[in-house]
Amino acid sequence: MNAATGVMPRATGRAAASRALDTGLWVFIAVASTLFGLFLTAYVMRMDSADWSTIALPPQLWLSSGLLLAGSVLLQRASAAARAARWPVAQTLLLVGGACAMAFIGVQLWAWQSLLAARVMLASNPAASFFYVLTALHGLHVLGGLIAWAATMPMVSQPSDDPAGVAQRVALCARYWHFLLAVWAVLFAVLGWLTPDVVRFICGKG
Amino acid sequence: MAYADVDTGSHHAPQTFITKYIWSQDHKVIAVQYASTAILVGLVGLALSNLMRLQIGFPGAFAFINAERYYQFVTMHGMIMVIYLLTALFLGGFGNYLIPLMVGARDMVFPYMNMLSFWVYLLSVVVLMASFFVPGGPTGAGWTLYPPAAILPGSPGFEWGIILMLVSLLIFIVATTMGGLNYVTTVLQARCEGMTLLRMPLAVWGIFVATILALLAFPALFVSGVMMLLDKTLHTSFFMPAVVSLGQVTNYKGGSPLLFQHLFWFFGHPEVYIVALPAFGIVSDLISVHARKAIFGYRTMVWAIVVIGGLSFVVWAHHMFVSGMNPWFGFFFATSTLIIAVPTAIKVYNWVLTLWRGDIHLTVPMLFTLAFLLTFLSGGLTGLFLGNVSVDIPLSGTYFVVAHFHMVMGVAPLLVVFGGIYHWFPKVTGRMLDDRLGQFHFWVTFIGTYLIYFPMHYLGVLGMPRRYYNYEHYQFIPASAHTLNAFITVVALTVGAAQLVYVYNLVWSTFRGRQADANPWRAASLEWATPNTPPVHGNWGSRLPVVYRWAYAYSVPGAPQDFIAQDAPPEAGGQEPEPYARPREAPA
Repeated sequence: MNAATGVMPRATGRAAASRALDTGLWVFIAVASTLFGLFLTAYVMRMDSADWSTIALPPQLWLSSGLLLAGSVLLQRASAAARAARWPVAQTLLLVGGACAMAFIGVQLWAWQSLLAARVMLASNPAASFFYVLTALHGLHVLGGLIAWAATMPMVSQPSDDPAGVAQRVALCARYWHFLLAVWAVLFAVLGWLTPDVVRFICGKG
Repeated sequence: MAYADVDTGSHHAPQTFITKYIWSQDHKVIAVQYASTAILVGLVGLALSNLMRLQIGFPGAFAFINAERYYQFVTMHGMIMVIYLLTALFLGGFGNYLIPLMVGARDMVFPYMNMLSFWVYLLSVVVLMASFFVPGGPTGAGWTLYPPAAILPGSPGFEWGIILMLVSLLIFIVATTMGGLNYVTTVLQARCEGMTLLRMPLAVWGIFVATILALLAFPALFVSGVMMLLDKTLHTSFFMPAVVSLGQVTNYKGGSPLLFQHLFWFFGHPEVYIVALPAFGIVSDLISVHARKAIFGYRTMVWAIVVIGGLSFVVWAHHMFVSGMNPWFGFFFATSTLIIAVPTAIKVYNWVLTLWRGDIHLTVPMLFTLAFLLTFLSGGLTGLFLGNVSVDIPLSGTYFVVAHFHMVMGVAPLLVVFGGIYHWFPKVTGRMLDDRLGQFHFWVTFIGTYLIYFPMHYLGVLGMPRRYYNYEHYQFIPASAHTLNAFITVVALTVGAAQLVYVYNLVWSTFRGRQADANPWRAASLEWATPNTPPVHGNWGSRLPVVYRWAYAYSVPGAPQDFIAQDAPPEAGGQEPEPYARPREAPA
């Protein structure tokens, strides 16, 4: 405690910058959660209409979910390895975790292709419209993460400048990946299992 | 916990003209870029309002103002003023300039993203302005852009104008989010030593909470914008019901226009406070400085800002009373709307009590501040009328509402913008704005706006509907209303011309104005304590300031001056009334 100012002294330099990144990511997660939450609210409100018809979700989504889960686990382990200064391991895990995210996008596009082959078009019914919009938005969310991941990869290959800072970057990537997974889990559950009957039951209309 | 000095790796002063003034990462330059762009686009909005008034005051006298163009002017005026002027100016302009200086930081914590925020904002403005030049012109759907009308033939600009409007809004939201991440993180993590949250000036509190509102409310506009864009371009039916348009059956089916209204107003009402909260904060600081008195009830003011921000998310459907809803919902939203008057009234009382027995200096910033108090009070009181369902329904389609929202969220925040610019201009440029031109600008604007909007309340109670292109040949509108409309138009043109005098003053004083000293208003807050005026890159020289008290140490008994700066040594006194716990004395 500083007797003159009456408050604790503050961190400075790199420690301060790392706190800023940490807080900035939490704020971003709050904004992204609001965005997806509002989309899902609109989805539920739109579901309560006569023209709603549920679409069968393509099976590829299970594969993409597995990839995202694997990416999340790998990045968590990469973060632990970076904290322990096991840099070659961290680098490999980070690389494979990022590759999982890229593969996720590829599989999502494959799922789109199979839906289009079944003549489920963007404007054919509202459930399909929401499916394409929400998966596209989540795909952009993943791409945003990959940009941060691509900026972090070179740092992990040369961590000696600021090992604590690099480890923190990897931890932030891991947190972002967990968030990607959480958002996708909610989206997948809502798109796949929330039906008008369930909504009516929840809203007391059933 | 906050910290003192962020190592962003970007505090090396820029060397070239381009890095210093164009692709600048300095928060002060970005603030000026934001403010200049917002003022320029605001002048377009002002010109559009004068064109609308020409039609209402002198119907048919100007052949080029046909019905289509009139609605385009209305729409673009509304959107420009609310989003591209006020939101951008308060958050991007004042927020960028004041936050780092007032909390004792060298810059925003993410300077590169801050730079991107401005350029993306500029792109949104360019896209918006481009809609004036596309076939069919800009959208004329009204600033609320309600579907289904907004995207169907019959609404002006239904082809390209609405698309550019939606794209521009989406781009603007990206810019606001990048800026907002910076403002919130800077406040939370880059305050200098001693600058606790409850020592921050209220201007920072207002901008901080407004930014949180923006970060949580703009996603609703983003969601509705994306879905409406898809309805328009790819013929989805998120909001579009089965509808016959100009005798043609459309491919739309089952969409919910009401869903759009809910999403729009979930953004739209917090938007009122995104504009109002920074104004509340800035006014608090201006009153304290120019009345030479500590703000009354600082902590209550902070809590009022936070509570108003929270409540602003649960009142949105009071904009939809005429859309129809379950009476219990109407009751809920009317009640929550009226409850928001409580913290707002606390703020007004505290401002008045700050003025009470203060050493009031009628400087130009103070004149604008006092004018804000009166305007916000009258605009707010008519809000109490409209917050009641039974009163709102007959009045909501009339000029009473036009008068209400212009007073409370048009004129009132703009008076604060003017007051704030007159107040901080010496810090930004190192020169004073011309006082005589400022007095002229103030009196014409203040009296003029009352002459414009007070009669509109009367016209509204008389039943004069809003949104009409032409008011002739309606039996229920008497001849005197037309005379009043002509009078309002003449005053509106005069007030518009006075703003050009203000712009002239800004430009002239930037280069030729009287040199300002470092602290011309003898203010206690930290931004006036920079080693250089205007502050140079990095703001604080080699050492960051250390803060020992709040920003409102004015007229402290026994002090040698009538203010004590926030960074003056602790023995100068003037600590906040409820200081942080001191470290315990060591036992003897």
